[in-house]
Amino acid sequence: MPITLEIISPEKLLLSKQVDMVVIPGTEGDLGILPGHSKLITGLRGGLVDLYENGKITERFFVSGGFAEVTEEHCSVLADTITRQSELDPGKAAEALAAAQANYAATDMADANAYLEASDRLISAQAMVDSVSAKRADH
Amino acid sequence: MPSLKSLRIRINSVKSTQKITSAMKMVAAAKLRRSQSQAEAARPYARRMGQMMSAIAAGAASNPNAPELLVGTGKDRTHLLVAVTADRGLAGAFNSNIGRAVRFKVRELQAQGKVVKILAVGRKGNDYFRREMNDLIVGHKNFVGKKTIEFADAEAIAENIVKMFREGQFDICTLVFNRFVSVMTQNVTESPLIPAATPTANDNAPAADYEVEPDDGTLLDRLLPRNLAVQIYSALLENSAGFYASQMTAMDNATRNAGEMIKKLSLNYNRARQANITSELIEIISGAEAV
Repeated sequence: MPITLEIISPEKLLLSKQVDMVVIPGTEGDLGILPGHSKLITGLRGGLVDLYENGKITERFFVSGGFAEVTEEHCSVLADTITRQSELDPGKAAEALAAAQANYAATDMADANAYLEASDRLISAQAMVDSVSAKRADH
Repeated sequence: MPSLKSLRIRINSVKSTQKITSAMKMVAAAKLRRSQSQAEAARPYARRMGQMMSAIAAGAASNPNAPELLVGTGKDRTHLLVAVTADRGLAGAFNSNIGRAVRFKVRELQAQGKVVKILAVGRKGNDYFRREMNDLIVGHKNFVGKKTIEFADAEAIAENIVKMFREGQFDICTLVFNRFVSVMTQNVTESPLIPAATPTANDNAPAADYEVEPDDGTLLDRLLPRNLAVQIYSALLENSAGFYASQMTAMDNATRNAGEMIKKLSLNYNRARQANITSELIEIISGAEAV
């Protein structure tokens, strides 16, 4: 029994597909979602969403953060920016990381909201760089 | 009676105006289709976001530590109105409807002794409010020269609003925009942004049994600003679809009016021409008779 995965960006519904399992990068750690998963709402950190069919990863998407809603028969990933892993640009990723690091360094640590935002951005950018090299390791 | 030449010049000028208005109508129709499909595509995200919001917010609203973005500051002294208008005109009463609604609301709030601030999104609205209520404007944003509206634009506005809210610059925030109902109708709509509309007991019946990670509070802190951006984004899309629909209708009317004008002018022109011929004939005949 497959599970329906929807990957949605604010602009459009990017993907709606039946898969055997999907692994999403939750804020508290990666989550493998199988059909019949209990109802769950979670935040997402930057990372890869992996689609599994027949025991193999068929597609990988990089998300920069967002939310996911899981029920027994479907999983919706609401992400800010979504990129197919094969289309990630190493140059851009490195750029984003440098910008995030600069931003993090300039952030006032006493301001909880600003700190949270800056660290989210840094984690997401770091994940983007890692995702690029993850692809290279596959080849 | 105007001369034949001046009539001919007028007819030509109305004809070229008609050409322009009918071209604008076509362009608006094409752009309308595009922005409608953009609005359509953005709907799944907004719907899911709304579902999540109501699932989590239902439990959190009664919590005394609920985030202020959700329940408000507990005061209602300062109001921020976010007025969304188009960047361009020639669209009938599209922009002035928003202007009128905002002015009305400002008067009403001021009569109750509240402080009102305006955030003008869109060039036309900004121009309008600058003239009438310059001292109330706290910010403006327009998308002149941009082809399509991106989510990042809405996000920037939302960030700005959240920042102002955290600095305590206002207590209540309302979004005023034109809701796209159909090509013929766009309704001026006010929707509350802060405090976020608290879901009532009956519109989220199957909600509460979700597990939430990391926890309600942390997730809400992330979800609320995002939800704000989503609402602004959908308002921007509705605004752009409504603008093109309104422009299309306005230009259609203008084209039709120009057609009528041309008909009337040609009638006058032909009358004048025939009158000239008749009087010439009479002159010739009476001249021949006299010989």
